[in-house]
Amino acid sequence: MEGFAAAGWTRLGTTVLASFLASLVEFVEALTVVLAVSSVRGWKSALTGAGAAVAVLAALVVALGPQLRRIPLDLIQMGVGTMVLLFGLRWLRKAILRAAGRIPLHDEDAAFAKNMAAMQSGVVGRMGALDRVAVAAAFNITMLEGTEVVFIVIAVGAGGAGLLLPASVGAAAAMILVTALGVALHRPLARVPENTLKFVVGVLLSGFGTFWVGEGAGFTWPGGDVAILALVAGYVTTALSLVPLVRTNPLVARG
Amino acid sequence: MAREVWGLFVDDGSFAAGIVVWLGVVLLGFTRLAGSVRWGGVALFAGLVLVLIENVLRYARKSGK
Repeated sequence: MEGFAAAGWTRLGTTVLASFLASLVEFVEALTVVLAVSSVRGWKSALTGAGAAVAVLAALVVALGPQLRRIPLDLIQMGVGTMVLLFGLRWLRKAILRAAGRIPLHDEDAAFAKNMAAMQSGVVGRMGALDRVAVAAAFNITMLEGTEVVFIVIAVGAGGAGLLLPASVGAAAAMILVTALGVALHRPLARVPENTLKFVVGVLLSGFGTFWVGEGAGFTWPGGDVAILALVAGYVTTALSLVPLVRTNPLVARG
Repeated sequence: MAREVWGLFVDDGSFAAGIVVWLGVVLLGFTRLAGSVRWGGVALFAGLVLVLIENVLRYARKSGK
């Protein structure tokens, strides 16, 4: 009985954490553009665009999430697990390369300046009291980043019964936190350790994806759900070992 | 939009292909072997780690020139 409860909390805790952290990264990127738009074109238009996108995305989660229950669980686990693996390993690979200095870190201040310049140079189109260009720009970036959040919520929530709500709670908490910080600070969250977050999310999603593909295929994981933690630890160890290796390995430099 | 959604999962084609190929090898290979349910998960993880290591080292070698 205790083991079952521990396994339940393992899956629940990692689900909320993965959803929260992954959503945090996406909302920070969306906030940068929405702030740039609101700085140049007005906050009303920017918030209208962003709010409309959030409403569309929320409707997608409500509509699509429960539909997944109609599909056999092993197919969901293999299909969604594969997508989560591709997504998570992609993020982890880039986080390793950024940490090793092989590709540049994402710069929110530079992104903010670039988007402000784009807004300043764009044409003005009105729809009533709102700026059409600003509404569209805010809507587009929120839809783009939000689509990743929706995928993460549905994918992480599809891994087991009753996980969609915790995954949604994690994403909602991230949205509230980023929105509150954006309102309070009125500037991009440039000091958020984005690469560290992407590293953590990458290992979590890679661990989840590996676990679900294995479960979907009928493999037995030692320790049940606790194996997720072992997989995450394995990916962390691999990634942390690769960073200094890629940065300084003379074998790599010689080719 | 479709290209952007595709980009969520694939930015290095060889990396994505390596992952998918390994999944196929493990799922097709291990499900046919006796006792596979106990070692299939370990093989799955080990192969994915190797795909990650190979891709990162190869990228670093190319970008180091």
